[in-house]
Amino acid sequence: MSKTKIPFYRNPKIRSLFVQFFVLSLVSFLILSIYQTTVSNLIERGIQTSTSFFDDVAPFKIGFSPFLDFDLGKTTYIEVFYIGILNTILIAILGIIASTILGFIVGIVRLSPNWLASKCALVYIEVFRNVPLLLQIMFWNFAVFLATLPPPKKSIEFGFLYLNSRGLHTPIPYVEDELRFNFWIFILLMTVVGCIFLSKWAKKSFEHTGVKRPVFFYNFLIFTILATLSYLALGGPLEFDIPVLGKFNFKGGGQLPLPLFSLWFALTIYTSAFIAENVRAGISSVSTGQLEAANSIGLNRTQTINMIVIPQAMRVIIPPTISQFLNLTKNSSLAVAVGYEEIVAVWAGISLNQTGQAVIIIAMTIIVYECMSLFTSFILNMYNRKVQITER
Amino acid sequence: MNKNEVFIKLPDRPPPSSTVGIIAWTQKNLFSSTTNTLTTILFFYLIYLYIPPFFDWAIFNANFSGSDRSICDANKAGACWTFIKVRFDQLLFGLYFASNPDQIWRPVVALSVFVLILIPLVIEKTPHKKWLLIFLLTIYPIIFIILVYGGYFGIPISNTTQWGGFLLTFALAFVGIVLALPIGIILALGRRSEMPIIRALSVTYIEFWRGTPLITILFMASVMLPLFFPSGVEFDKVVRAMIGITLFQSAYTAEAVRGGLQAIDKGQSEASMALGMGYWQRNVFIILPQALKISIPSIVNTFIALFKDTSLVSIIGLLDLLNMSQTASRSLDWNGYDIEGYLFAGFIFWACCYGMSSYSQKLERKLDTEGRTE
Amino acid sequence: MTSASASKKSTKNEISPIITINKLNKWYGKFHVLKDIDLEVNKTEKIVICGPSGSGKSTLIRCINRLEVHQEGSIIVDGTELTDDVKQINEIRSDVGMVFQHFNLFPHLTVLENCTLAPIWVRKKSKLEADEMAMELLTKVKIPDQAKKYPGQLSGGQQQRVAIARALCMQPRVMLFDEPTSALDPEMIKEVLETMIELAESGMTMLVVTHEMGFANKVADRVIFMDEGQIVEQNDPKNFFNNPKSDRTKLFLSQILNH
Repeated sequence: MSKTKIPFYRNPKIRSLFVQFFVLSLVSFLILSIYQTTVSNLIERGIQTSTSFFDDVAPFKIGFSPFLDFDLGKTTYIEVFYIGILNTILIAILGIIASTILGFIVGIVRLSPNWLASKCALVYIEVFRNVPLLLQIMFWNFAVFLATLPPPKKSIEFGFLYLNSRGLHTPIPYVEDELRFNFWIFILLMTVVGCIFLSKWAKKSFEHTGVKRPVFFYNFLIFTILATLSYLALGGPLEFDIPVLGKFNFKGGGQLPLPLFSLWFALTIYTSAFIAENVRAGISSVSTGQLEAANSIGLNRTQTINMIVIPQAMRVIIPPTISQFLNLTKNSSLAVAVGYEEIVAVWAGISLNQTGQAVIIIAMTIIVYECMSLFTSFILNMYNRKVQITER
Repeated sequence: MNKNEVFIKLPDRPPPSSTVGIIAWTQKNLFSSTTNTLTTILFFYLIYLYIPPFFDWAIFNANFSGSDRSICDANKAGACWTFIKVRFDQLLFGLYFASNPDQIWRPVVALSVFVLILIPLVIEKTPHKKWLLIFLLTIYPIIFIILVYGGYFGIPISNTTQWGGFLLTFALAFVGIVLALPIGIILALGRRSEMPIIRALSVTYIEFWRGTPLITILFMASVMLPLFFPSGVEFDKVVRAMIGITLFQSAYTAEAVRGGLQAIDKGQSEASMALGMGYWQRNVFIILPQALKISIPSIVNTFIALFKDTSLVSIIGLLDLLNMSQTASRSLDWNGYDIEGYLFAGFIFWACCYGMSSYSQKLERKLDTEGRTE
Repeated sequence: MTSASASKKSTKNEISPIITINKLNKWYGKFHVLKDIDLEVNKTEKIVICGPSGSGKSTLIRCINRLEVHQEGSIIVDGTELTDDVKQINEIRSDVGMVFQHFNLFPHLTVLENCTLAPIWVRKKSKLEADEMAMELLTKVKIPDQAKKYPGQLSGGQQQRVAIARALCMQPRVMLFDEPTSALDPEMIKEVLETMIELAESGMTMLVVTHEMGFANKVADRVIFMDEGQIVEQNDPKNFFNNPKSDRTKLFLSQILNH
């Protein structure tokens, strides 16, 4: 048998190689030429791209930096970069916590058997997710909070929290005596270990005898009582710095400046509308057949919700909600509109204007976000793999 | 023994009156239990607390008349819609058309044509929808440019730098979808290609743009784009924003289209291979038409996100609907009436987005039931 | 309790019906689905309910464990009347087992966990005890080796047998079957029917909505034909199939048997 020779251009493997080679060289050529034009443009404008400005002192003030001390005249650009990242992480964490709580509440109200409650939740969801976030941030910051919040002297009080046109003042804990504090933490840890043992024992006893105990309640009680008692016994190892009204403004305590507060408020409301929709979709995805089956074997309402609905709904809710967390983090970059000092505002904004190092600064900003995005995909993949294993 | 009994159908009776009608409905949905009743009271109270004062402010006590702020300043209990009325042209069409009232027919005609094409597209039974859509995505942009930009047929030019208001928002979003769609389709095919290099390039492109917030991309477009091109090539700010938006949106469109491609049964591809079709024939005639139809809801959803995100151009200084409302409400003439400005802009954004999302939900449900019966 | 009173109670139970349905009427919105249904089911009796789709047969058995709420008439299960009282409903439900057309197994729990969930949380059994009983019943339905798998890994027939075992784990006094074989492939129908026949032979009270006339012929004490929300005819299987009284029954039988 003789094998007829196929012309090389009809061999699919060679064709595919050729196509890939062609596309790759086209893309490389494009990138290379952009690179070259950029370099020559930079030279033409007399901008020398280098990272040497990192160690230069930043000539502007950053008002909010709770984690790294900012010192005008001492803090360098690279420290400004770190402050930006930390502030981004701060607003992301604050936003994620608040929007998850609010989102779950609204999502559950949306599914309430009460018609009025359900429709109110629907209106909430449809209004807040269909208006641009930037508009909402500006609306709350400029039109509502700045315009209506009272000056510090007439702050609105919630316990030890004070809200005024400069922001939200909160008590912050601080350690007075290191030794006593560490001892207290040690007692707390031991209590937690004890509670874990109690739960394990309760679980085992439940499996053997079928006796159910409200372990969570017991543990909660034990922990609260022991924590309070040891706190008092040690003479208060953790003190609280409570904001006190001075002549013009509050002294002491922590402060969420108004831009941060507005941004947090708007991000929370906007994101919670999306999370609420995820929650609704997740819970609705549990078929009526599942509820009927649970009813038919005699599970009561609470048991059905805890053991049948929530475990199945969470599998549908969690992945898109993790994506919402990433979106919230990316959306926190809109802080630049109200002047909260996160990465885009202090780095891609002020620092870029001051130094003109567009290429490096933009690239670093993008890398920060790409890292967050990769981290999120990593978590998502891990979660999906875990779910797949238990379901396979 | 074998005598037939005739089956006598009992007459249908109406259900007991306690289970139907308004009273039964109210009882079931509002007062079925103690918790339910308390919930009703709580929400009713909340509504009572906020809604009537809002309507008092926004409608019953509001100021509509006059042409300057004096009437609003005299009646602070109501909204100042006079501001919106006076600045209406500026908010919708931007500074050029607001200061050249004789030219205002141009954006009005352009937007009306858009709406006229859109209405039959949304109605279910319109014939030749596909061609209408193709017309909207190819010919209409040309009409829009001729009308709004001008320069032909003796129509004076309105520079893009002078575009603003809703018109600019619309133009940015529309450019985003028109240019991003073809790029997105190619990327989606690339991501599903069997050639590793093509796949890797597509994945890198898509994930790169999806990982970065749009505002960073807009910063990049406005600061770095000029560096990427040989000196002498100049873009104004609006065009730069359009390029940034297109790059960004194409990644999201690609993912939406990829979802559609994934939903197509493998048998379709195999059947067309069995008919001897090549890669492009297969995709253009068999796979893509089906995949695009399925992915319309997700494309619309990415478009909603883009439409809202166009407001970000106000951060790089463009006078889109949001920035225009803000600027107008900070002008000396209307200083202090920013709530009205935000509410007006917010309402327009909301109406557009809510309309689109209702449409896409309806379409999704329809595709869902079609998929089940097939 | 003395032995005399115990025996008295048991004889009383055998005479008195375990389910009594009296003048039952149900509407879906304005649609009248069940009209004046009267039905008594005695202990260990096996009843097959058949009828065209939309005749209300599924609705009827779903009313028995309150998956559907009726508007008129009464249902008494084991001496307890079905009312809005949640506690009573749950008691009745744990005494009445139900098998669904689409199995409705819990996808996030293993086969064994599906079976032990209710015994542990409703019957308050210990886990060991519940496991033991579940394994016994899984052996009875011939799938003990699948106990650690998830429902998604089983065939339809296996899933339906798990569903039967799950219901049996509650040691119900009555079993309701809502078209248990309609969603299955032919070869799987057989294995499920065999399980049901074994269950019938063990003396369980059963109400079965099905189109499997072979099963009805072999197992049923009584066959009920429903149409338009009414009971058209009921008889023992021999007379039901050979001498149907109503013309409507004849028509239905000719359609279903010649098919």
